[in-house]
Amino acid sequence: MRNPLSDEVVKIKPSGIRKFFDIVAVMKDAISLGVGEPDFDTPWHIRDEGIYSLEKGKTFYTSNSGLKELREEICIYTKRKYGVSYEWDKEVIITVGGSEAIDIGLRAMLNPGDEVLIPQPSYVSYEPCTVLAGGKPVIIDLKAENEFRLTAKELLDVITDKTKVLILPFPNNPTGAIMEEKDLIEIAKVCVEKDIFVMSDEIYAELTYKGRHVSIASLPGMKERTILINGFSKAFAMTGWRLGYACGPSEIIAQMTKIHQFCIMCAPTTSQYAAIEALKNGDEDVEKMRQSYDQRRRFLLNAFKEMGLECFEPFGAFYVFPCIKEFGMTSDEFATRFLEEEKVAAVPGTAFGDSGEGYLRISYAYSLDRLKLAMERMARFVNKLREEKAEK
Amino acid sequence: MREKILSVIEQNARIDIKELAVILGMEEIDVANELKAMEEEGVICGYHTMIDWDKTSIDKVSALIEVRVTPQRGQGFDTIAERIYQYPEVSAVYLISGGFDLLVSIEGKSLKEVSLFVSDKLSTLETVLSTATHFILKKYKDHGIVLSKKKTDERESFMP
Repeated sequence: MRNPLSDEVVKIKPSGIRKFFDIVAVMKDAISLGVGEPDFDTPWHIRDEGIYSLEKGKTFYTSNSGLKELREEICIYTKRKYGVSYEWDKEVIITVGGSEAIDIGLRAMLNPGDEVLIPQPSYVSYEPCTVLAGGKPVIIDLKAENEFRLTAKELLDVITDKTKVLILPFPNNPTGAIMEEKDLIEIAKVCVEKDIFVMSDEIYAELTYKGRHVSIASLPGMKERTILINGFSKAFAMTGWRLGYACGPSEIIAQMTKIHQFCIMCAPTTSQYAAIEALKNGDEDVEKMRQSYDQRRRFLLNAFKEMGLECFEPFGAFYVFPCIKEFGMTSDEFATRFLEEEKVAAVPGTAFGDSGEGYLRISYAYSLDRLKLAMERMARFVNKLREEKAEK
Repeated sequence: MREKILSVIEQNARIDIKELAVILGMEEIDVANELKAMEEEGVICGYHTMIDWDKTSIDKVSALIEVRVTPQRGQGFDTIAERIYQYPEVSAVYLISGGFDLLVSIEGKSLKEVSLFVSDKLSTLETVLSTATHFILKKYKDHGIVLSKKKTDERESFMP
């Protein structure tokens, strides 16, 4: 029989966290700090609208780009929150989560050999999606001394004639880093000057704990060269509904819609009705959840401080990214021992790129009680490692 | 600042001051002073424990009683409400709008005890015109907390 597989797909590395998954699956009373989704249920009024749409028999396909009313609400939302105006009928597409938007956005924009700049540590899909779209990933290693923000210099250093798209993943998973307006202005200047497009993944925009989130699309000269990606999963605790969207120049959105039409048809109808309610009446829920996350964030930072563990203060998403270099082991070794010896599961920084080496991603999408228990175990573990090191 | 403190301790009265200060990003001394001030001003009226008595061996019966009364000249409903809330059996008294005037919440050891309280004490008050007693058969949710069901975390334990 012939080889049934695509070489390109086979070459893609599977996610590095599979092994941890297998260990934790058979472990009793392990505490996981490894999830990437909110611990809150979707607010009831949003779920209720989804249910109501089903009761009314709204069970058909929507148009390929999504319900008109939802796209209109998204335009109101981006204007109100970030000061960016889009036309609902030409510049917005509803997707199956932000993930689909990343995939079809890159496929719509890349020609073979086009280079895509991917700052890392960052979410795991940018690199494989770039490869599958025929592009060439060029990694920018973000640095702890810059609080894992992207600087104009780092950007300029890797730009070539082939550079087409910059992925801008802020607020960032896994580091929790944000880009403030002053940081974005510098990046925007380079993008305009060098004629580079930006794919700005702002899925965690609502979870910002220092000032208001600024979208790069709102800066002068940027709207026409930015694909803004957002969704409902993180802000409204709607991960399972699988709903996201992309806003951008109509010529790009039109091509994305073509791919979406052939491989997805349309995003789930029930989720779209629920999402309209989320945008119309969800502000208060978002704020409540944001405050809870913020409290947990402070709790964890304080816990690390008490342990004497180095950690920059992250102002976004729901992750902290403490440094574990002092123990002289890799992130993978640390995470494995932490899980085996203290039954606490955290994701090694290297799961998000080589530059995550020496760091650990800890999610605070957990109740304070849970986090408290986990930090007691972490303090014990850290002390043990320090004693081991002292004996050597 | 007060609102932030209250929103946390409303959910968890047992949180210690140090931790409260950490999660709110405040100084411990400021939090302590604010708590003390709110206790003195009567903003914070007490700290209670939510108990699902059904899970204990202690028998408790509670009832909600609608009471219609004749309001008194110059005092409205205050005097009669005051008469009613003095009884230790009464856990809450509310003046409400609608078809009756006061809603009285009562706790006792048995149906008989509660019934006797209504017939002997409550109905016999001179301004009380009528009462209707509703025994609580099951508490599903109380003070914003769903009783009986404990939620488990069904999320995948690792997710990038």
